[in-house]
Amino acid sequence: MSAELQNHLADEVAIQITNMNKWYGDFHVLRDINLTVQRGERIVIAGPSGSGKSTMIRCINRLEEHQKGQIVVDGTELSSDLKNIDKIRREVGMCFQHFNLFPHLTILENCTLAPMWVRKTPKKEAEELAMHFLEKVKIPDQANKYPGMLSGGQQQRVAIARSLCMQPRIMLFDEPTSALDPEMIKEVLDTMVTLADEGMTMLCVTHEMGFARQVADRVIFMDQGQIVEQNEPEEFFNNPKSDRTKLFLSQILGH
Amino acid sequence: MTTMIDPPKAAGFHISQLLYDTRYRSMTIQVIVFLLVMGLGAYLLNNTIINLAAADKDIDFGFLGNRAGYDINQLLIPYSSDSTHWRATIVGLLNTLLVAFLGCILATIIGVVAGVLRLSKNWLTAKIMSFYVESFRNIPVLLWILAFFAVLSEMDRKPRSFRGEDAVNNMWLWDSVAVTNRGTYIPAPIWGDGSALVVITFLLSLLGIWAYGKWSHRRFEATGQILPNFWYKLGIFIVPSLAVFFLLGRPIALSIPEIKGFNFSGGLHIRNSLLALWLALSFYTGSFIAEIVRSGILAISKGQTEAAAALGLRPSRTMNLVILPQALRIIIPPLISQYLNLTKNSSLALAVGYMDLRSTLGGTTLNTTGRELECMLLMMMVYLAVSLTISTFMNVYNNSVKLKER
Ligand SMILES: Nc1ncnc2c1ncn2[C@@H]1O[C@H](COP(=O)(O)OP(=O)(O)O)[C@@H](O)[C@H]1O
Ligand SMILES: [Mg+2]
Repeated sequence: MSAELQNHLADEVAIQITNMNKWYGDFHVLRDINLTVQRGERIVIAGPSGSGKSTMIRCINRLEEHQKGQIVVDGTELSSDLKNIDKIRREVGMCFQHFNLFPHLTILENCTLAPMWVRKTPKKEAEELAMHFLEKVKIPDQANKYPGMLSGGQQQRVAIARSLCMQPRIMLFDEPTSALDPEMIKEVLDTMVTLADEGMTMLCVTHEMGFARQVADRVIFMDQGQIVEQNEPEEFFNNPKSDRTKLFLSQILGH
Repeated sequence: MTTMIDPPKAAGFHISQLLYDTRYRSMTIQVIVFLLVMGLGAYLLNNTIINLAAADKDIDFGFLGNRAGYDINQLLIPYSSDSTHWRATIVGLLNTLLVAFLGCILATIIGVVAGVLRLSKNWLTAKIMSFYVESFRNIPVLLWILAFFAVLSEMDRKPRSFRGEDAVNNMWLWDSVAVTNRGTYIPAPIWGDGSALVVITFLLSLLGIWAYGKWSHRRFEATGQILPNFWYKLGIFIVPSLAVFFLLGRPIALSIPEIKGFNFSGGLHIRNSLLALWLALSFYTGSFIAEIVRSGILAISKGQTEAAAALGLRPSRTMNLVILPQALRIIIPPLISQYLNLTKNSSLALAVGYMDLRSTLGGTTLNTTGRELECMLLMMMVYLAVSLTISTFMNVYNNSVKLKER
């Protein structure tokens, strides 16, 4: 392979995880994780509760520290070097199950805080950017309210807009709809579908199998800290290989 | 025939509704409590008046205008034994306010530092802070006052040991501060001609710092540039005052304490009673404040820190922009009661001979005039007034940082 081609390929890789291991004390949460995510790829991660899904994606932006192996995000290796961590966090946005909006700031201020203090964007520009993304998630009219005044679905959409304001190249979602009432799940999923259609690289931990079928390029099944199986959605759902996947699917799909 | 969906009929009023109907219940309870309190108050007042009359006494504050006839060892305003009881009361009140003010400031500093450090990831630091907090808040403050006083007055640093070429003890901070077993001597300013200008310049530079802060924040919003504000502010704090000071030919001199014979002269003498009271109250209250600060920070969910980190904010920025603004709202209300506690606890001053309001009005004045009721009433009114003032100010501040949406 020519050096040029290799570079080109490396450029297409958004996240490269090699032989990653993590322990909480004696407890081995993640075992030999290997995962390559191409730029623009949309990945859904499924698996039973406690299987290490959150821990894995939280390692990607260093909310958790891995102890063995290698994680390379956008060509930058995650190490204890603060500069690398800063750089990666600027490239990677994240949405949490419980939104984690800042309750003392308005919606607009939630969205402008990081651009102003991290990217050093002037306030006016940051506000224009924030309004742009708030319009995209369809709640520009709530800009001056506080998070506590919004419904769960609206709050999660604000959280997505807040992340997008940092203009990340990769988005991580950790069960973004699990804390929502059924009628609000759709509005958040719609927002995520739009994002996927625009070519955002996405890693979503979710139990929304409809969403997985609709947008995922690949579904990853985790159990007991390992990636047990991965495949295209159709194959994954119709033709699961491992028994653990079959069991999980039979439970989650209900019948 | 009535069905389930018929609206309830406007039924007549039953006496039992006073107790079981939510519309009247709280009103009923309030009326009953009000009547009970009034009844008890009237009974006590009546009883007091009857007893006072039987003992041939009356309530009369006239004694406050009489000559006090006793000395006070710490004076913030001129006073002699020829002054009135009223003046003695004011002197005592000022001494109370002095130690309460100094105490609140030091207790806050100690409490914030200890509270934050107790959350430190460094095992030793966290343990030392836990030890401090647990030992101070679990021992009565009176014992701490006595302990501090004992340590200060029993230490082997008699003023005369500072004498001579090879003295046993030395002064500190370039020979300007003498810590002795008879109190601490520190330099005192001597205000010469033009010193007012220096003070005014200093006050103006405080204003300047505030204005600079506003300007730099607006600049940050406009350009996104973050200036090294701390150093600029420090510059504004120091430079103009120093410049004026030297331009006017150093109008403010310092009186440095010096050993003369067997004792120090010059400078300002801080008695051990004040020191002991101040330190004990500060460390004691500081241990409670440390817990308040710690729980305030802990109450802000980990998710907030994580969300800020995921957005790329560094820990110090996260603290200032996300955690503290929320934690303050939880911290301030209990902080108010700690300030009030400290102020009231300062009335233990008597134990080490510090002449506060309790020792003047509630001590010597009460004993020499025999006007217990008047002195007690007056003292309670004063403490009440001081406490209410403190909580009013703090509540105003609290309201200005309150969460808006709740
Ligand atoms: N901070 C922690 N300390 C110790 N164990 C943890 C911690 N966080 C998670 N775990 C454990 O690690 C395992 C994986 O957790 P998690 O990644 O949250 O699973 P999932 O998101 O798949 O439900 C669980 O068994 C959980 O109990
Ligand atoms: Mg999880």
